[in-house]
Amino acid sequence: MTANVALFVTCLVDIMRPRIGFAAIRALEAAGCTVVVPQGQTCCGQPALNSGDRSHAVALAKQTIEALEPYEAIVVPSGSCAGTIRCHYPELFDDDAEWRARAQAVAAKTFEVMAYLDEVCGWKPEGVALPATATYHDSCSGLRQLGIKAQPRRLLKAIDGLSMTPLPGAETCCGFGGTFCVKYPAISNAIVGEKADAIDATGADLLLAGDLGCLMNMAGKLHRNGSKIRAFHAIELISGMGDGPAIGEEA
Amino acid sequence: MSGFTDRADAALADPILKIAVERTTGTAEAKRAIAVDAFPDFEAARTRAAAIKDHVIAHLGAYLEQFEASAIASGAQVHWAQTADEACRIVIDICKAAGARTVARSKSMLGEEIGLPHALEEAGIVRVETDLAEHIIQLADERPSHIIWPAMHKTREQVSALFRAKHANPHEEETIAAMAQSARRELRGAMLGADVGISGANFLIADSGAVCTVTNEGNAELSLVPPRVHIVTAGIEKIVPSMPHAIHMLRMLARSATGAALTQYTTFYTGPKRAGDRDGPEQMHIVLVDNGRTKMREEGLAEMLRCIRCGACMNHCVVFRQIGGHAYGGTYPGPMGAVLTPALDGLAPNRDLAHACTLNGKCQEVCPVKIPLPTLLKGWREKSWREGLEPTSMRWGLGFWAWVARRPALYRLGTAVAIRAIRLIGRKGWIDSLPLASGWTKHRDLPKPAARSFMAQYQQEQRK
Repeated sequence: MTANVALFVTCLVDIMRPRIGFAAIRALEAAGCTVVVPQGQTCCGQPALNSGDRSHAVALAKQTIEALEPYEAIVVPSGSCAGTIRCHYPELFDDDAEWRARAQAVAAKTFEVMAYLDEVCGWKPEGVALPATATYHDSCSGLRQLGIKAQPRRLLKAIDGLSMTPLPGAETCCGFGGTFCVKYPAISNAIVGEKADAIDATGADLLLAGDLGCLMNMAGKLHRNGSKIRAFHAIELISGMGDGPAIGEEA
Repeated sequence: MSGFTDRADAALADPILKIAVERTTGTAEAKRAIAVDAFPDFEAARTRAAAIKDHVIAHLGAYLEQFEASAIASGAQVHWAQTADEACRIVIDICKAAGARTVARSKSMLGEEIGLPHALEEAGIVRVETDLAEHIIQLADERPSHIIWPAMHKTREQVSALFRAKHANPHEEETIAAMAQSARRELRGAMLGADVGISGANFLIADSGAVCTVTNEGNAELSLVPPRVHIVTAGIEKIVPSMPHAIHMLRMLARSATGAALTQYTTFYTGPKRAGDRDGPEQMHIVLVDNGRTKMREEGLAEMLRCIRCGACMNHCVVFRQIGGHAYGGTYPGPMGAVLTPALDGLAPNRDLAHACTLNGKCQEVCPVKIPLPTLLKGWREKSWREGLEPTSMRWGLGFWAWVARRPALYRLGTAVAIRAIRLIGRKGWIDSLPLASGWTKHRDLPKPAARSFMAQYQQEQRK
């Protein structure tokens, strides 16, 4: 498997936690892929799309499609951004056959990174060890739009010394919801408060998930509550970067 | 501050409400999961249920005409109401013509939607709510907070106090059975003495003209059979072609609502009392209500007309479970209410409903008729944006951000500046207070961004 894949970094990873992007590259290269980071990319446009701002969503979708369409596959370290490209880009061009076809072509070859490694590459991490107990939250967009559930768990299972403890309500939304968390902070807080309590109650050392937005929400609440649980994007552990700083820890 | 935000804040500050909502939704969620697991192929059953409804909605006119003809043939009288007011007027006129002083009403959300309780009161007609939860609501002078459990916002402890204060002969023992007996003593006489019984319909069967109701208390039967007149108010989307279709929908409805295989009472009412019948009403009137449904079908909300009012979407909604039903402000709460209320009561006063959703998709996953609720909510967001109802700060903010994001080189510069600015605040990797992001930092800490963006680091690595 020597695919030429483009990494769509996502705006949140670009700004908040570049390690996730580098972890994705490391794992993809270990799986035999050649990874390119197209320079024309910024944000997939999801904030505009979910705010009802269709014209800006269309403009950013076109920019992203142009940047990504030359590649064999597009890999994204976020179920939510991958879901936007895969599921929602084609819907944006109902009245534009040419762009709809281009959007569909890009959608068909866009994958969430862990799903790509597991299902397309058939790869597993080798020689990665991390003695810790971790619990996993299934981020909603990845889970329900892309069916991401077993793939990260299969990859994590290959890490020596890592034991997984189930999170009760792992499929319940954490209350992030993009701009929801700042538009309705009190409701979001009530939801993430329950999520943080459930995470704490597992007694795990690490909280893992596949979307940085949800992770920042949960980790931020855990930290505010004084919890010692450390949060990582699952791809960081899978690529062997789980010994580095967790979310909110200085390098 | 909007009305919605105020109501939500009040709900969040009420610990009793939280207990009440969690008790009921938690039980419903667990029981539904067991029922769905035990069903041979629930996914296929959902697909079939959605297909049945889509077929009917696409051919609504033909099925309504068939239903009308069948109902008339069974001896019922059929009335058509374009609006809520028209529907209420028809009901009141029938009550007045029957010389009705007291009506027994079996729980109906359509009745709530058209404002029937208020219309009856204005007409000076005594209304007795016979569903136990509606009885509680009536005693407390409140509105339903859930479409299946109208009094779910109340704990049994609160209901006990209410019964003791309002019932003529209240329970002495503090048990649920004793409380139910207290309500029974209060209601039974009123049901048997009513002049008119009013119900909604869970399904209207086109080929037989039958009206189907489901209850767990048997109150519909006791409210509708003894009185001289039975009036049905039903939304026009309640039609199914025939009995086998109704049976399929009933299997979906009960499991999705309460996790039961079937409700305790499922009754099909076909016309009034016939010659030789021992009991039954002398007249049966069916009021078919549009109230915006035709417009919904034409304006992109046809999928919403699949809804069979099971309540699964709200039982599984993280937002509903925090704020309860009253915070939504409309007749229907939760995800289905957030889609319906702007259609029924206007978008401008209800734009919050479309936004107060994390788009997590759980509602769609549990919907027995596969309504794409998140997509429909996003449709309202788009309409709100197009019509200029979104706040100026949001429009300018998003517009500016999108303008920059469409210029990758400028965007890189912008992110570098933003990262530097944000990193000046906070200490040790976390920011506990950030201007312009207080919605975040009021309740949780924000991790500091990395010193340099991914793109900056990557480009430097490539140059090596």
